[in-house]
Order: sequence, then structure tokens, then C-alpha cells
Amino acid sequence: MSHHVSAIREPLVQGNKSYHDITNDLVSPTEKAPGMAWKVGFAISVSFLLFGVFCILWTIWHGIGTWNLNRTIGWGWDITNFVWWIGIGHAGTLISAILLLFRQKWRTGVNRAAEAMTIFAVICAALFPGIHVGRVWVVFYFFPYPNTRGPLWPNFNSPLLWDLFAISTYFTVSLLFWYTGLVPDFATVRDRAKGLRRKIYNVLSFGWTGSAKHWQRWEALSLVLAGIATPLVLSVHTIVSFDFATSVIPGWHTTIFPPYFVAGAIFSGFAMVLTLMIVTRKVLNLEQYITVGHIESMNKVILVTGTIVGVAYLTELFVAWYSGYVYEQFAFFNRATGPYWWSYFGMMFCNVISPQIFWSRKMRRNVAVTFFVSIVINIGMWFERFVIIATTLARDYLPSSWSYYSPTWVEIGIFLGTLGIFFTLYLLFARVAPVVAIAEVKSILKSAGDQYTGPNATHHDAHHEDSHANQTNLGVADSANSASFMEASNGDSVATLKSSAVKDDLKKVEGIGPKIAELLNNAGIYSFADLANTQADRIKEILLDGGSRFQMHDPGTWPEQAALARDGKWQELKELQDRLSGGKS
Amino acid sequence: MANNKNIIYGLYNDEEDLLRAVKQANADKLEIMDVYTPFPVHGLDPLLGLSESRLHIAGFVYGLLGTLTAFLGMTWIFTKDWPIIFGGKPHFSFPAFVPIMFEVTVLFAAIGMTVSFYIVNGLGPGVVNPTIDLRITDDKFCIAFDKSEVDTDKVESFFRSSGASEFHAKTI
Repeated sequence: MSHHVSAIREPLVQGNKSYHDITNDLVSPTEKAPGMAWKVGFAISVSFLLFGVFCILWTIWHGIGTWNLNRTIGWGWDITNFVWWIGIGHAGTLISAILLLFRQKWRTGVNRAAEAMTIFAVICAALFPGIHVGRVWVVFYFFPYPNTRGPLWPNFNSPLLWDLFAISTYFTVSLLFWYTGLVPDFATVRDRAKGLRRKIYNVLSFGWTGSAKHWQRWEALSLVLAGIATPLVLSVHTIVSFDFATSVIPGWHTTIFPPYFVAGAIFSGFAMVLTLMIVTRKVLNLEQYITVGHIESMNKVILVTGTIVGVAYLTELFVAWYSGYVYEQFAFFNRATGPYWWSYFGMMFCNVISPQIFWSRKMRRNVAVTFFVSIVINIGMWFERFVIIATTLARDYLPSSWSYYSPTWVEIGIFLGTLGIFFTLYLLFARVAPVVAIAEVKSILKSAGDQYTGPNATHHDAHHEDSHANQTNLGVADSANSASFMEASNGDSVATLKSSAVKDDLKKVEGIGPKIAELLNNAGIYSFADLANTQADRIKEILLDGGSRFQMHDPGTWPEQAALARDGKWQELKELQDRLSGGKS
Repeated sequence: MANNKNIIYGLYNDEEDLLRAVKQANADKLEIMDVYTPFPVHGLDPLLGLSESRLHIAGFVYGLLGTLTAFLGMTWIFTKDWPIIFGGKPHFSFPAFVPIMFEVTVLFAAIGMTVSFYIVNGLGPGVVNPTIDLRITDDKFCIAFDKSEVDTDKVESFFRSSGASEFHAKTI
């Protein structure tokens, strides 16, 4: 575990956390009653969701005619929203899979929430193709299965069908990856819970034990899933871009679309991750796990992908001009100066110009600025998809078909509804599951905790020596009470000392007074048996934690005395105590 | 429970203590039943003599199965079962099959591997495994011995000398 970590590297876990602190901090949001911020957020999200459901039912009942689509404008807000949501999902997979392959440790702070976000975003996205086909009740015709219509199969040559396969695979793989990561953390929640809550988390945790072999397989599985999720995530937005690029519509029929869409997807996804994380870390007090350093790393990704998107926009313009193809040239001229000029400039400003602020380190590390820019980018990336779809379809080959598309209240309502679905699911997730991957944060603590690295590191080498010292001392100090253990192990079924119902009067041990007995009880030591099996060093620690006034006590003989007391060897105990003075040998 | 097992287990506070203790147990010729940790501890597998997981091989096989399913399925459908001409393209249009072949490969590999993972580990919804110590999923690192296979005195002195913070006997 003692990898050498440069002292310049910024710690990823702050606040001198122990493993137990990490468990406490990350599990407690699921144990406490939700706060006001959560309740208000949930109420708003659910009302959006309900309005969205209403609009969807309205669409299904009255038909697609309730949208402003027409003969030439076959795609409007529906597909704009679909592409936007799918794009947002991509950041989750990028963080959990690609950064795992690149061994980027900062991913551990945000991967869990980002993966959850992916899943919820894909749910929102998948809704749109589903309802935009019109007859939702026969939407299963999409899937190839032996049917009674011939059997008639879907067209496997169509990018729209590729998209169906890409998105269902993407959703399934993301869900498996996310849930497998959650299993050990659910076990942590389970082991702190009682009653019904424990039963529920036992089901959720699949009976996880933490066995070494299980962990080994868990890591193997995570690595391979990351390995296959990486080309998968690239394929998903590539295939989404094929929906456009394989058509013969000017402005869509371009080979730059796959990389441009993938970069845009990661860009918008990171913006959404930042929006969510900045709120989450604040509301759940996770600033020490999702640090300013994490935000800075994500802002660097935003800067890079935003700039790639900018280059793609300019390349499109250049190629349109250079191609000498008038329809293509018109398509882009129309985007910038036609009836939708405002969305084109909105897109350019939000996506290309606004992230340039992150060249400045100060801005990258400014939480308020980051939050603001992340919202701007979310809006900008929505505009991008709107520009591609609406401007192009509103001005096609036949000027007689030209029109101006704007959404109806139903279309707007469904979009707001998906925002409602997304935030409702996210808020529920934040209540039920640890939003930061507990086991993964623990596994990077030794190399990225601020007590081990960074300017305030104190533990670096000292730790190693400590344990050695411990080890050599023990053999001698505790050899006296070798009989004790056999007794404990003869207990009928469960001889766990931790949970033993026995509460002995620890004050019978010379050196322990009522105050110290209380301290020991608080540390989980109730019976003589508990005390007998606790090492003197550990007791010393408990005493020191209790305050400096317990410093002078020497618990060296306490386990030995306790062992005698537990075994009922009162005579021997008395003899021993006669030899001791004040519990000290 | 039917198969009650008597175990002796010790808890360590740190993964480095655990690794040293496992080394010592190996040197003392004590047969460790299992080690339980709150997170994956690197360097533990070779000490416990665990062979490398074969999940990735299984994943490859599942993936291959997916590729073949998609390829053969689409080929059969478009050339034998119901050949349709789309835009004058050949029935067997291999390049157009590639995206779906890829997606199905990934889908089969991911589902197959994950399901295998839960089956070989004996984990799943509703599975209740005996809890050795509640703190193992929090901050304790546990070495467990099967009581019938080890000499209890030897184990006790091992726990004492290897820096275990506590040790207990239990029937699970």
C-alpha cells in the first residue's frame, strides 16, 4: 500500500480521515431524516415529473399532432432532448470506466454519483424515441423477436435500429457496473443498520461478506466492465451521430459528426456532473471527499472537450466553404444568420467561449463560477442539438416547405417532465445509497488522504514504524493470560465479545474507576471477556481519546486481570492485585 | 443453520498489519480459512495463494458468443429467413452489421460476466451470509481460521504476536 506519492499531489480526501470516519461521513446521509433542502428539491422535482407524465399521457391520448412537428420538421424538441440526455449520460461512464483504466484516483470521489446520473439520464433519453414514434403501445416492434407478422424483422441496416441496440446495451451495462460497485457499500450500510432497514439492505447488498476472493473477482469484473464500457460509450454517441450523419440532409451529412458528438457528450455530461456535485457536496457536507481539487480536474476536462467542440464547429464551417457545395454552404450560412441565429450564437457563446474562463486556475477552483458555467454549458449543449435539428429541418431543399418550428406547451412540458424524472431519481438515490463510493475512497486513503500526502502530511513514514513497534512489544506483554482465549472459544454458539450481553463491573479491575469504566463501555468493552481480549495499547488509545487526564493510567495489566475475573479466578486476581500498586505492575 | 462452523478470527486495524500477519501465518504454517476486508487490499491475493480470477476469460467467451449470435442472426434473417432489398443494397451487407455485432458482444460479455460473478461468489438478492463481525465492512481487517483445522493455542499466540487488536471465537 505504501506507494510513493509526490508531496505536490493534492490530497483527494481531506480532514485527516480514518476508515471509520469515511464510513460515518458517507453512510450517515442515508441514516438521517432528510433535511429541508432535500424536501423542497424533491417536492419541486416530483411536481415537474407529474406535469411531464400528464403531457406524455396527453400526447398518447391525442397523438403526435399535439406537437408542432409537420411534414418536413419530423424531429423537434423530442430528438433534441433525446440527444441532450444521452450526451449527459456519457460523463458517468467516462469517469467510472475511462478514468479507471487511466488509474485516475480522483474518480473515486465522483464516480458513484456520476454513474447514477448516467442511468437516470439514459432513462430520460430513452423516453423520447419511445413516445415520438406515435403508437407507443407497439414500440416493441423495434426489437427483433420471432413474431407473428411474417416473421418480419426490423431493418438491421438502419442507424435508428443500431441506436436501439446501442442505448439498450448502454443502459444495461451502466446499470450492472453501477450496481456491482454499490454492493459492498450497501453491505457497509447494512452492517450499521437494525431491524427492517437491515433486512432491506441485506437484500440490496446480495449477502456481501468482504472475502478476499470476492474482492479479487470484484476488481477483475470492474476492470473488464470498464474495458468494455469504454468503447461502448464511444460507440453510443457515435451511433447517435449516425442517425444524422448517414442521412443526405445538408448540415447533417458530415463525417466529423462521430468524434464531435462524443466530445460534446462528454462536455455536457461533465457540466451536469459538476452542477449535481456542487449541490450534493454542499447539502450532504461532503466537501472533504468531493474537494476543490476534484472540481478543478473536472473543469480541465470541460476546457478540453469544450475546445474540441469549438474546433469541430469551426471545422464544419470551413468544410462547408471548402466543399464548394452550395446546399452545405447555405445550411451553415442559414444557421448563423437565419431565423434561428439566436440559438446558434447561444451555442457558440455557451459552449466555446464560456469554458475558456477555465484557463485560469483561480476560476477552475472557484466553486461559484464553476457552478454558473456548468449551468451555462448545460444550456449551450441543448442549443447545439436544437441548432443541428431545427435549423436544418426548417430550411430543407424545397423553399415551399420552409417553416419556423417552435414547440407547443406539450413538448415543453415533456422536457420539464424529464428534468423532474432525473432529479427525482437522483434525490432518491442520494437518500438510499452512499453517493460517494465508500470502499473505493478507503482504498485510496493511504495514497491520497491529506495525512499521507500534501503539505499537511504527518503519517508518511511514522505509520510504518509504529506498527513495527507494536508488533515486537506484544509478544512479551501479553504472554501471561494465555488461558483466557480457550475459555472464550468454548462459549456455546456466539462468543463474540463485542456483542456480548454480559456487562461486568469493570471497576473490579484494579486501576479502573467509574469514569474509565464508562470510557471503556463507550468503546464497546462491557465484559471482563471484552477487556481480556483487548490489547493494552488499544486501551491506552481509548484512554487518550477520553482526554489528557486519563493519560497517567497504565492499562498494562488490565487484560490480564480481566481474564482472571472472567474465568472466576477471584483468588488469583486478588493475589495479583496485592502485588500491583494502583493497577500498575 | 445446517452447516455450523466454528471459527476463530482476529481483527486488525490496518491493511499493512493484515498483510504482515498473513505473511506470518504462512510462515507459522497456519491454514487461513479466509480474510475479510472493507476494501480490496492489494498484495493479499498472492499471500493467500489465490489464483488469478478467470472471470475475464469467461467474459471473452460470452462476448464471442454475442458476436456470433448477432452476426449469424442478422445474416440468417437477411439472406434466408426474409430477404428484403433496402435501397438496392446486397442482402448480406456486412459493414452495416458491425455496429449491432459490437453492441451485442458488449451486452453478452457484461451480462454473462456479472451473472457469473454473483453465481461463483454465491451472492445474490436474498442471500444471507453469516456475519463474522459487523466492523469488517467498516474499518477492521479480519483473518479467520476454521477451528477444526488449526491448533487453537497456536492461533491464539499468532494473533497476539501479529498485532491483532482483538480476537474471538464464533460459530457461524
